[in-house]
Amino acid sequence: MDKTINVTLKVWRQAGPKAKGHFETYKLDNISTDASFLEMMDILNEKLISERKEPVAFDHDCREGICGMCSLYINGHPHGPDSEITTCQLHMRKFKNGETITIEPWRSAGFPVIKDLMVDRSAYDKIMQAGGFVSVSTGGVPDGNAIPIPKAAADEAMDAAACIGCGACAAACKNGSAMLFVSAKVSQLALLPQGKVEAKRRVKAMLSKMDELGFGNCTNTGACAAECPKAISITHIARLNREYIKAKFAD
Amino acid sequence: MWLIDSSVGRKFIMGITGGFLVLFLLFHSLMNVVVVFSPEAYNAICEFLGANWYAVIGTLVLAAGVVVHFLYAALLTVQNLRARGRDRYAVTTRQEGVSWASKNMFVLGIIIIGFLVLHLIQFWSKMQLVELTGCGDHELAADGAYWIQYYFSQPAYAIVYIVLLCALWFHLTHGVWSCLHSLGLNNKTWLPRLKTFANIVATIVVLLFISVPVYYLIVNCLG
Repeated sequence: MDKTINVTLKVWRQAGPKAKGHFETYKLDNISTDASFLEMMDILNEKLISERKEPVAFDHDCREGICGMCSLYINGHPHGPDSEITTCQLHMRKFKNGETITIEPWRSAGFPVIKDLMVDRSAYDKIMQAGGFVSVSTGGVPDGNAIPIPKAAADEAMDAAACIGCGACAAACKNGSAMLFVSAKVSQLALLPQGKVEAKRRVKAMLSKMDELGFGNCTNTGACAAECPKAISITHIARLNREYIKAKFAD
Repeated sequence: MWLIDSSVGRKFIMGITGGFLVLFLLFHSLMNVVVVFSPEAYNAICEFLGANWYAVIGTLVLAAGVVVHFLYAALLTVQNLRARGRDRYAVTTRQEGVSWASKNMFVLGIIIIGFLVLHLIQFWSKMQLVELTGCGDHELAADGAYWIQYYFSQPAYAIVYIVLLCALWFHLTHGVWSCLHSLGLNNKTWLPRLKTFANIVATIVVLLFISVPVYYLIVNCLG
């Protein structure tokens, strides 16, 4: 049976990076509970276009929870009220009939608003670039078993590598800190023998890039990990601290 | 200098100074309980910690610890507010597993600083300071038990101390494990253990401290 609900949307509208933003209220009727949140946004935009109004700008791409492009701060939660999913995996069955849904962009000095709900997350790309290269021995393909890696380390590195760089951590953080993202990107390499070669240089470069781009200081509240669509643990932040302090003492 | 220029360095300093202050609190709370059992023994400790060179150096190191911890906290708070951006969220929620204390450490810290000032005026300025400067009542300078009796037999002061110590409890529940985390000493196995450890340390310290005003309140009520 197809169940439908009526919702009221409070959407942040901002014409450009420098413009002053405000909330705009829209009513949508007969939205299928099987619709995804972004499909509901598409319905809203079609309605706005048919009324010859400016559609709401928002980021999205793969719509299957792996690209890290969708964002949206929905009712006080990055990626909405459900846990361990991205906005594109959120469905309207998570909302009640007649509910008012407040939709805001990521708000953080590191992520300036481009338009409406779209923010510039290129800061994360810059941090990744600062991380630089990983040394590989070129030539013949080395034997897979030549470098033994403990299962625990491989699992932990894989968990860290699940980070899609969506920015929910910095958006959720009361300090606007990107530590969870940086710690995941540092951990996924620091745990593996191949990544250990440049570990010291990498952690110093990525952390100083993060500080330079205007992100805040971590105070270990854990809000980032609670909102992370990939459930990255804050213990990676302890590893980042450890790697950084070790690198600095080694200098 | 990475200890001030980098975010991890700044948190490292917060962790080191915070951890040091926790150790001091443990000592201070243990010392206070002595007064309940034997005021004479307590005064012997006061005598020992008077204007001796080691006690003065200890006091200076402690004061430096408090000042550095507070200055870094102020710096971090200002930077973090700025990093939050111009516009605030219209709807905010507290996530599951995120403690209230962790989001209010600076406010709790300011309450504790206020408490510290009150405490220094009431006790330290009448004891070690008198011995150092030579002005004031010398008779009572090493008689800590007298001052405790004097203040805590007034219920208002005893209650103020008890309430302010609760603020300290909240600060420590986040601070103790957070200090180790910022120094890099944490992993998935130890995260729940460290959080429990922090709650235990905070509870022990605060219970030891609170036992003194509570004891004098009860003694006072019983006449």
